[in-house]
Amino acid sequence: MKREKTRFSALGPAALKKSVLMLNPVTLWRNPVMFLVWVGSVLTTLFTLDFLVRHSGEAVFTGLISFWLWATILFANFAEALAELQGKAQAESLRATRSDTMAKLVVGDEVRLIRSTELKKWDQFLLSPGDTVPTDGEILDGAASIDESAMTGESAPVIREAGGDRSGVTGGTRVLAGELRVAVSANPGETFLDRMIALVEGAKRKKSPNEIALSILLIGLSLIFLVVVATLPAFSSYFKTPVSPTVLIALLVCLIPTTIAGLLPAIGIAGIKRAFDANVIAKSGKAVEVAGDIDLLLLDKTGTITFGNRQAVQLLPAAGVSREELARAARLASFGDQTPEGKSVLALAETLLDDHSPVSGVTPVPFTPQTRMSGADSSEGSFRKGSDDAIESFVGHPLPEDVRKTVTGIAQSGGTPLVVVCDKRVLGVIHLKDVIKPGLAERFKRLRAMGVETVMVTGDNPLTAGAIAREAGIDDFFAQAKPEDKMALIKKEQDKGRLVAMSGDGTNDAPSLAQADVALAMNSGTQAAKEAGNMVDLDSDPTKIIAVVEIGKQLLITRGALTTFSVANDVAKYFAILPAIFIVNFPALGVLNVMKLATPETAVASAIIFNALIIPALIPLALKGVAYRPIGASALLRRNLLIYGVGGILAPFVGIKLIDMGLVAIFTRMG
Amino acid sequence: MKSLFPSLRATLLLLIVTGFVYPLAVDGAAHLLFPHRADGSLITKNGVVIGSSLIGQPFSKPVYFHPRPSATPDPTGSGSVPYDAAFSSASNLAPSNGAQIKAVTAAAEAYRKENALSPAEPVPVDAVTASGSGLDPDISLANALLQVNRVAGARHLPPARVRSLVMAHVEGPQFGLLGAKHVNVLTLNLALDALRP
Amino acid sequence: MTVLDWMQLILISLLIGGGAPVVGHYLAWVFTGPRIAPERWIHRLIGVDPDKPMDWREYAGALLFSNALFFAAGYSLLWAQGRLPVNPRHIAAMSPEVTFNTAASFVTNTNWQAYVGEAQLSNFSQMVPITFLMFVGANTGMAALVAILRGFARSGTAHVGNYWDDFFRFFVRAFLPACFAMALLLVWQGVPQTLSTTVVAHSLEGGSQTLILGPVASLEAVKNLGTNGGGFYNANGAHPYENPTPLTNTLELLGMLTFTASLPFLFGRLTGRSRQGWALFATIMILYALGLGAVEISEKGPNPLLAPAGIAQTTSPLQDGGNTEGKETRLGITQTSFFSNTTMAATTGAVDAAMDSMNPLALMVYFSHMWLNEEPGGKGVGFAGLLKEAILAIFIAGLMVGRTPEFLGKKLEAREIKLAALSLIVTPFTVLLLTSVGVTASFGTSSMDNPGPHGFEEVLYAYSSGNANNGSAMAGLNASTPFYADSIGIEMLLSRYLPLLPLLAMAGALARKRIHPVTAGTLPTDTPLFVALLVGFMLLVGLLTFFPGLMLGPILEQLSLMKGLSF
Repeated sequence: MKREKTRFSALGPAALKKSVLMLNPVTLWRNPVMFLVWVGSVLTTLFTLDFLVRHSGEAVFTGLISFWLWATILFANFAEALAELQGKAQAESLRATRSDTMAKLVVGDEVRLIRSTELKKWDQFLLSPGDTVPTDGEILDGAASIDESAMTGESAPVIREAGGDRSGVTGGTRVLAGELRVAVSANPGETFLDRMIALVEGAKRKKSPNEIALSILLIGLSLIFLVVVATLPAFSSYFKTPVSPTVLIALLVCLIPTTIAGLLPAIGIAGIKRAFDANVIAKSGKAVEVAGDIDLLLLDKTGTITFGNRQAVQLLPAAGVSREELARAARLASFGDQTPEGKSVLALAETLLDDHSPVSGVTPVPFTPQTRMSGADSSEGSFRKGSDDAIESFVGHPLPEDVRKTVTGIAQSGGTPLVVVCDKRVLGVIHLKDVIKPGLAERFKRLRAMGVETVMVTGDNPLTAGAIAREAGIDDFFAQAKPEDKMALIKKEQDKGRLVAMSGDGTNDAPSLAQADVALAMNSGTQAAKEAGNMVDLDSDPTKIIAVVEIGKQLLITRGALTTFSVANDVAKYFAILPAIFIVNFPALGVLNVMKLATPETAVASAIIFNALIIPALIPLALKGVAYRPIGASALLRRNLLIYGVGGILAPFVGIKLIDMGLVAIFTRMG
Repeated sequence: MKSLFPSLRATLLLLIVTGFVYPLAVDGAAHLLFPHRADGSLITKNGVVIGSSLIGQPFSKPVYFHPRPSATPDPTGSGSVPYDAAFSSASNLAPSNGAQIKAVTAAAEAYRKENALSPAEPVPVDAVTASGSGLDPDISLANALLQVNRVAGARHLPPARVRSLVMAHVEGPQFGLLGAKHVNVLTLNLALDALRP
Repeated sequence: MTVLDWMQLILISLLIGGGAPVVGHYLAWVFTGPRIAPERWIHRLIGVDPDKPMDWREYAGALLFSNALFFAAGYSLLWAQGRLPVNPRHIAAMSPEVTFNTAASFVTNTNWQAYVGEAQLSNFSQMVPITFLMFVGANTGMAALVAILRGFARSGTAHVGNYWDDFFRFFVRAFLPACFAMALLLVWQGVPQTLSTTVVAHSLEGGSQTLILGPVASLEAVKNLGTNGGGFYNANGAHPYENPTPLTNTLELLGMLTFTASLPFLFGRLTGRSRQGWALFATIMILYALGLGAVEISEKGPNPLLAPAGIAQTTSPLQDGGNTEGKETRLGITQTSFFSNTTMAATTGAVDAAMDSMNPLALMVYFSHMWLNEEPGGKGVGFAGLLKEAILAIFIAGLMVGRTPEFLGKKLEAREIKLAALSLIVTPFTVLLLTSVGVTASFGTSSMDNPGPHGFEEVLYAYSSGNANNGSAMAGLNASTPFYADSIGIEMLLSRYLPLLPLLAMAGALARKRIHPVTAGTLPTDTPLFVALLVGFMLLVGLLTFFPGLMLGPILEQLSLMKGLSF
């Protein structure tokens, strides 16, 4: 990740400006709780003006409340504006790399140079070494090595070629070698990046399902508090204690969940942005949210759990054969072998022999489907290596007992045995093994603690698959899987009520990606895969999905924590404001003034100031997110309930008291 | 309205079962098993019903033990007719109501005067508060004992005899476990009348 | 508290804790076992197919339609009282508004009584329309609950059961037989059961006393087992004929809990999660126990205002003492506290003492029970309310474990939250808005019987009771005025059906949802932590909604009492 973190100082003034513009009630209407605060602010402003005209002493108090009500909305707007600008800034920095390139558009037989922004979907363009890719597209012809460091920060070039699962090119990357013909995959303004920018833009932003549900609850709570405050004048009139409308408005604003309502949009945007920080472009807010719910994670073996190829790890000589002899034979048998497996045998043998000199006088015999062997012929004889049954038919008699045992042992451990012979003499066995990427076991353990089960999908036989699954610490495996089986597996698990996540890049992954609840498509993959997935990983790292699950969880936790905090805050605000209203007529209620606030006016003002200040105080948390810890749901709940629930009840008692002391100090100084 | 006819028939059926069959079946079984209880636990003396052992009665003559104050109102609901069994009611006065404090204070003074108690003598709380039904048949033992001297004096009986009669009429707790200790005023007064001087 | 008080406390608690699972399991058989012969006869008689499944709309439709007819039948019979038989005292019909109020009150399982039973109802009215409405009101709530529970238990279906099947299963196999047995137990202890009406007694002092008798035991049994609460007599369970002994007091309070405290176990059985049943049982019992403790302390305590008059208020071997105003000597404080706390927690509304004369701390408990209205709760509906609270609590707190909140494997999404919130706001809206009228308008305040905060409490209590379908009253308030009779009547109907319909709709939505398997990331909802969360959430939301009322009512009164101030 090379993109620079946008600094607050750069965005602050812009966010401030935007938050003032967002005071427009038409914009605020989208957030009913804050709209209610807006109505209160307008009313108290009018009261203040009225008091000023009539030279009433109440103007100071009403003005103070009015000021802090406006501040409450501004703070909430600021949170949203800041999150939005941060997200956009990141997207823009990425988009900037591709804005002013030229594209070699193919029109019939000619090639015309046009601006990249004019490219339409299905247009075809050509790329040559040194070109910057003008926009996202799919390779139709050719292969090339491409420098994607501008996108992913990864400096090693990658190979992209037509026809396979690595046929996607991304705007902003650079062709190092090779010629390509590419079809444009999206109209201008419709690329994944554009879609992501729309996700963080306030006006166009669609609320995610959980956000909608929470908003409904917040509206319900606000309605309850509205009726509580609306009926208070009737109650107080029975007790012959008039209550000023300003105090009522202050009470209402204190009670309705302004903290969470003000921060809710910012939390959602920040979640998408956090995914983006991990180089994942989410296509919807819902996608990030659902990631937190995943029960089952499907992982391809090859490329995800293991490095793509098997490697030789051991040479096991037959009885009466020395290790050196076997190593020499293996080296000769692999000399002309260009497959990764063959190269690894060569490397192992050369390391064992400590001999890296070139071999001469041998004729390589390549692998054919008929012989199912490869090797080399030399003056010393015919060296061959191959599967046990292929070798048996080559030598014309069964393998010696000890070699057979070695072969079976390797197969049972999940490895692949290659038997090495020289003419008819069986020399020993090469142990080929899948090499598991480092650090995976810990990540799967972490997933298990989150309640996510991992399933490995592989075409290998169950024996091999089981061994790899055990070694990688994966929960379950699905062996001898054909591409269509993956789809069936997803459906079966979904019918059991589980939410399934997977990552994929190939065209034949597309149906499964579309079926999965969370589907992370590799940016290097085909256009079909990218369209079918609901997230695209710019790094094309299949294990990235683990990070995405955590980001989803973090998003939901932050929402829950701040809602709990917001509602729990109300207790202290009640204790500040209600006794203040009635204490003059009913001194017995003085006991309820637990914070010992100085006067009824400072009590109400302190509560409303606290209510406003808590929003900016929590903006960093809303943007950063509450940390997720895989410690089990109960422990996590207990922890968060203590911090945000119990803490939410206690914190405002302290805060309001401190503000009250501050107000008293200011007023005494002013006389 | 496909549920109209089932609903109508169900209503009719339930009216018959719950409104007639059920109460009449209880009635029949009750009279078979507990006829005295089913008819209201009435006490008769010389063929005349003198009351129910469960329902309190007003007593104001000094020769009788007195029940608790009763807040049963007169039929108009404005005045008070103590122990009107046709209109059970509590006073419904709040513990914070000044009128209630005054009434209790006055009742305590009257109680002390009636029973010739010293002003320092604490008055049992049940003797100055109205019951929930206004028909409480019982008083506390403390209340009964404080009335012993007055009743004995009025009946020219040795107080010890009246006291032992009271002690013989202490009821409860039920099964030694449920409720509170109490004395039934009507049965105690009946027993008093039955005492040979 | 004396040893005796503790022994009663332990004995009754053991009976509740031991009985509830048994009854719950029995009810599970009632609702899932094969149909028995009388049920088949009834279905044939009324012409319904009990095997035809209903979706939530059909279920709600059948429920509302049958209830409309029940109401109409009850109303007509009460309205025609003067012209019907078994009325030797020739009692005329009640005023139209009180008749409406009464029919609404009894069909909604509220049993708020704006009339004086022994003076204004004939024995025919007590026996037929009143007993009938008591049965059907309670039975409806139970049927609705079972439908709602199916929403949690089922998946991938729109069907929540058959209304008539549920209705008569409970009626035939549980409700009616239990009432019959309870009625006979009550007669054994002294509750009358007769068709004769009045007996004139000639007292020892020469006066006369008119005793009102009637089919009391049959009504009393369904009053408590159905968490109805409407008494035969004005004094309700304080009347010696309704509640002659401490044993009847105990039986009646256990009766109120029979089909309510057992519901968590029915839930556990139907959903196949018995631990969840225990957790919900623990939740309601924690709130129940908190209330019981507070009431006992409140009513045993002396009234500081009576100290100057030299009143002995403390418990001694010679007297039970405490706040005896409005209480019966034979029952004593502990039995009364038990009964009062139970009737409020189970939203029965039967009382064995005058609520209006209780100390403010006890009233605070009663208010809380009514506002929460989800502890054992009224027949069925209260438990459904508890599930609603659980859904809201899980929704907020469940997010904090990093998953879309789910309850019993069902994801809680916008639709569920909308319906739960809709159901939640009915209480504050009806209670607070109506109270604000009652305490300001002259036709509202003129009904008050006590001054100051206590008068305010009387009005707040009336509307809280109507809303909670509780039915008990701070009876000093004259509720037979057209304003109170009409407003409470309408409130009871709204409060019964408005929250119920969203809950049925939610059941319909939940029944369709897939059940997610439990993983390490799932918030467990059957642990002590969850119980603490649910209790905390309910208390917090209740407190936030009603703090002004609580402060201006019982809190202000209690603080004034402590300062020696009267009003």
